[in-house]
Amino acid sequence: MMKTLLTSAAITACAFAASAQTVGFSQIGSESGWRAAETTLTRQQAEERGIDLRFSDAQQRQENQIAAIRSFVAQGVDAILLAPVVATGWDSVLEEAKEAEIPVVLLDRRVDSSDDLYLTAVGSDLVHEGSVAGQWLVDNKPEGTCRVVELQGTTGSSPAIDRATGFRNAIEGNADIEIVRSQTGDFTRTGGKEVMESFLQAEAGNEICALYAHNDDMALGAIQAIKEAGMDPGDDILIVSIDAVPDIFQAMADGDANATVELTPNMAGPAFDALEAYWADGTEPEKFIQTESKLYTQSDDPMAEYEARKDLGY
Amino acid sequence: MLLTIRSLSKSFPGTRALDAVDFDLAAGEVHALLGENGAGKSTLIKCLTGAYSRDAGEIRLDGAPVSPASTSEAQELGIGTVYQEVNLLPNLTVAQNLTFGREPRRFGLIDGRAQADMAREMLRGYGLDIDVTRDLGSYSVAVQQVVAIARAVALSGKVLILDEPTASLDAAEVRMLFDVVRDLRDRGLGIVFVSHFLDQVFELCDRLTVLRNGQKITTERVADLDRVKLIGHMLGRELDDAIETAEHSPAAAQEAPEILRFEGIGRAGVVAPFDLSVRRGEVIGLAGLLGSGRTESAELLFGVRTAQTGTARDADGPVAHATPREAVRAGFGFAPEDRKTDGIVADLSVRENIILAMQARRGWTRPIPRAEQARLADEYIAKLDIRTSDAEKPIGELSGGNQQKVVLARWLAMNPRFLILDEPTRGIDVGAHAEILRLIRDMTDAGMSMLVISSEFDELVAAADRIVVLRDRRHTRELTGAEVATDEIVRAIAAADPREAAAS
Amino acid sequence: MTRTLRRILPQILTLAVLVALVSLFFPQFLSVDYQGGRLSGPVIDVLKRGAPVALLAVGMTLVIATRGIDLSVGTIMAITGATAAWALASGWGAAAAVLLALMAGLACGVWNGCLVALIGIQPIVATLILMTSGRGIAQLITEGRILTFTDPGFAWLGSGILLGLPVPVYIWVGTAIAVALLMRRTALGLLVESIGINRSASALAGINATVLLIAVYVASGLCAALAGIIATADIRGADANNAGLWLELDAILAVVIGGNSLLGGRFSVAASVLGAMIIQTIDTGILLAGFPSEYNLVIKAGLVLMVLLVQSPNLAGHWYALRRHVRRRREPAPSDRSAP
Repeated sequence: MMKTLLTSAAITACAFAASAQTVGFSQIGSESGWRAAETTLTRQQAEERGIDLRFSDAQQRQENQIAAIRSFVAQGVDAILLAPVVATGWDSVLEEAKEAEIPVVLLDRRVDSSDDLYLTAVGSDLVHEGSVAGQWLVDNKPEGTCRVVELQGTTGSSPAIDRATGFRNAIEGNADIEIVRSQTGDFTRTGGKEVMESFLQAEAGNEICALYAHNDDMALGAIQAIKEAGMDPGDDILIVSIDAVPDIFQAMADGDANATVELTPNMAGPAFDALEAYWADGTEPEKFIQTESKLYTQSDDPMAEYEARKDLGY
Repeated sequence: MLLTIRSLSKSFPGTRALDAVDFDLAAGEVHALLGENGAGKSTLIKCLTGAYSRDAGEIRLDGAPVSPASTSEAQELGIGTVYQEVNLLPNLTVAQNLTFGREPRRFGLIDGRAQADMAREMLRGYGLDIDVTRDLGSYSVAVQQVVAIARAVALSGKVLILDEPTASLDAAEVRMLFDVVRDLRDRGLGIVFVSHFLDQVFELCDRLTVLRNGQKITTERVADLDRVKLIGHMLGRELDDAIETAEHSPAAAQEAPEILRFEGIGRAGVVAPFDLSVRRGEVIGLAGLLGSGRTESAELLFGVRTAQTGTARDADGPVAHATPREAVRAGFGFAPEDRKTDGIVADLSVRENIILAMQARRGWTRPIPRAEQARLADEYIAKLDIRTSDAEKPIGELSGGNQQKVVLARWLAMNPRFLILDEPTRGIDVGAHAEILRLIRDMTDAGMSMLVISSEFDELVAAADRIVVLRDRRHTRELTGAEVATDEIVRAIAAADPREAAAS
Repeated sequence: MTRTLRRILPQILTLAVLVALVSLFFPQFLSVDYQGGRLSGPVIDVLKRGAPVALLAVGMTLVIATRGIDLSVGTIMAITGATAAWALASGWGAAAAVLLALMAGLACGVWNGCLVALIGIQPIVATLILMTSGRGIAQLITEGRILTFTDPGFAWLGSGILLGLPVPVYIWVGTAIAVALLMRRTALGLLVESIGINRSASALAGINATVLLIAVYVASGLCAALAGIIATADIRGADANNAGLWLELDAILAVVIGGNSLLGGRFSVAASVLGAMIIQTIDTGILLAGFPSEYNLVIKAGLVLMVLLVQSPNLAGHWYALRRHVRRRREPAPSDRSAP
């Protein structure tokens, strides 16, 4: 019984290998809507390109990811996509993949291993995201001095540090833009709302010209705080944030938010592009493929963007 | 003198616990410290061991004034203490307990073998041949007691204070402990012996000091004193031989109507099935050695453990008693043996402890009005002569005898028809002892039936109308009428069980 | 009444000192404006933002009084919030959503209570099970995303205004008063304290310790459900990952600052909710003072430590002794010591 099962499994695997490329994808988990969307988009991309995707959810544990990669290697897949949960401890398993001549593409996050152990890494540049947001404010701020409040991400996390740096780089040299208050909202809606309330208490509301939030969720919480304080978000206070989750497009359509910078969950598209080139003629891609940090504003038909994204699993 | 105390005073808010007390201890003597609860014995000991700091007075050890600020400082000076509740760590081995804090080390690590050797060396001379690498908790309380003594002697070596060391030991264990104490005395230690058991004092001690209300009453040689006089000192009045002459007529109780009948109550491995019939207004004694199943029998009757077999009936039919709640509803009450863990609710006030069972039966939706609670509390404080500054004092701060009275009051307030008292006089001073026995008599005269468990056979004989004797988890004999006598109990316990004899 | 006052006096004093301290860094802390039919100001924010922890602290007080602890309350907030949001998203009304969330909280409480009282698992372990697994349940309900809704009736529970004050304030104050009255006007308080101090003696006195234990965990679950409803209504969305995250620790802290012993027994609901307000005053104060966020946790830890030190009975004893010492020095050779 066992034997027949194994044989038939092997036959199926061979049959697939013959007709299409097989790619294993070790995903961190589903801790956020963004990651759920990344998973959905990766599946969609694979389907469009006729790639057979083997998906493994690591539930936030590195040992699960290592086990998944070993199993992909054993199955003899044609490539592996890895969204690493932590940066360290990947050397030996990446070497195993290299010895089996299976290219590994890192998605979204980087690892500390030597860069000849993987084909390429696809991700966004967090500092760049911050500077796109900052540049938008420089271009769109009202006349006169602009007092900005900032909702930071979780203190000490790399997105919080890099998005703060990028924004400051962009507004540097504009003497009339000043960050007057900066506090962490822990990337959550509740945090964003609570901290925004305190900003409104501390700075008289009408003296704040803009809010920069390190992610959309905090911006959405802050928008509610501003409304409840009897002001008009998007008008009285400009709102710019990062991520481009569906709900922020809804807010932009309602005129409550002004701009968002997309952290695209479509990491798989560029990854598959690079892989297809590599499979075709062995083209080695760059070691880092930066995804586009696209800026969306109220003039970009936010309702359509909302409709396009709302079923991605955000 | 090895230890001299002069004019020691100690006050707490509202009370003067020690009032210019003198005390002498010679090397090579066992000196009893006696007094009712609240007389100041424990305060005196705590001042000696550094647990309390004294307000005034002087303590000299070997002629030099000392004032220990902590127990460890007292130990270093040479004053060691062993309490009734052994304060060692039951989940460490005997050796670890003995060498705790001064473990032999090798290369910075504890050397297990040297530790065991050291422990064996410390136990030598105590007539104790035990495996020192086993957990202390796996040995009997008596062995633990000796281990505690060995540790205290090894650490201190001049003065040894034994605070109620025999309270939870049986006769053989007491004998073993006394041998150890006598041996230490002969080795030149000064030993302070605190106990409620006057027999033991007369057997073991050379001199005794009586405290009352924080004052020293007398210090005398034990040989020069008789029992009645000693009790007189302790109580400050002559004891009217209440216990001995208690008027009760077993014959009357024998004819009283039966109110409860238990048949075949038992549980495997706990107590073999037994029958018990309870008549109105009688006291049934339960006698037997430690571990014979006395407490377990009571627990089966009250539903603390659920009986696997048997039925209970009264005049109206079957009586449910599978849980304490059911038993309470059936009109039972139970004052357990271990007051501290099963009886009192320490942080609650005297008032709350008294009304607790009544409130539980009424249910949480019908609180007893505060005024009614106060009335009940005051009533029973007066009736049972509970010594407390007021009804709102946490019960934990009362002396043992008064705590026991509060637990009794809790049940008396319920007016149960069948009240079980497990060792009601254990750890209680002489005065309270007599009062509790008198109380038992009063209650039964009013028609309440009781089951009394006691390891003091004299007390049982004095109180009970008939006595059920247990041996090896089996109810073996019932003594009635003229058979209710100490030597008869002893004979019944010692006798071979006829059924067992037939079986084997 | 005076006894209650004396019991909560240390918490009131602590709160007063903290408010004074925060006012040093943010002078307008006590200012309250009235505009557009609502009161606003930092104090109002404290009252409103403190609602979840205050509610959790009410339930936690009862659990701790039985010598237990409930680590799962933060997670229960996530579960009940997700349940409510799911009900709204599925087109049920606000009332049904509230009811369903409360039922979810009740179920969580029954689960915890049974593990503790019937199976006899230690409370810290028993509630840890739900604490760790419960977020997964919440994520299953929200399908891993932030489940948003627009129902104005439900949102009113989190951000609405009633007679000038935020609705959550009425919910937590009302719950605290109701629970305190339920405990003190019936015999429940006494029975709960009794099983917390000595479960076996209480059982022998005929108290149904098993049912009472389950009941306190149910109460804790229901309080957590209310907190979850408020948190969800506040942001008009259920965030299974972050709702109530670590709030169980704040709730335990509130109970401890309220002077309740973790060893069970005597408790005061009023002191616990004051403890919650003390914590929220610290949190809001830090936000208003405008220090860099790196200092948030350090400042909070320092202040909490100070609060606990000041309230420690040990320290109070030393303080008393010191005062007596000083007084004795000041009045040399007292011949009569009957003075107070």
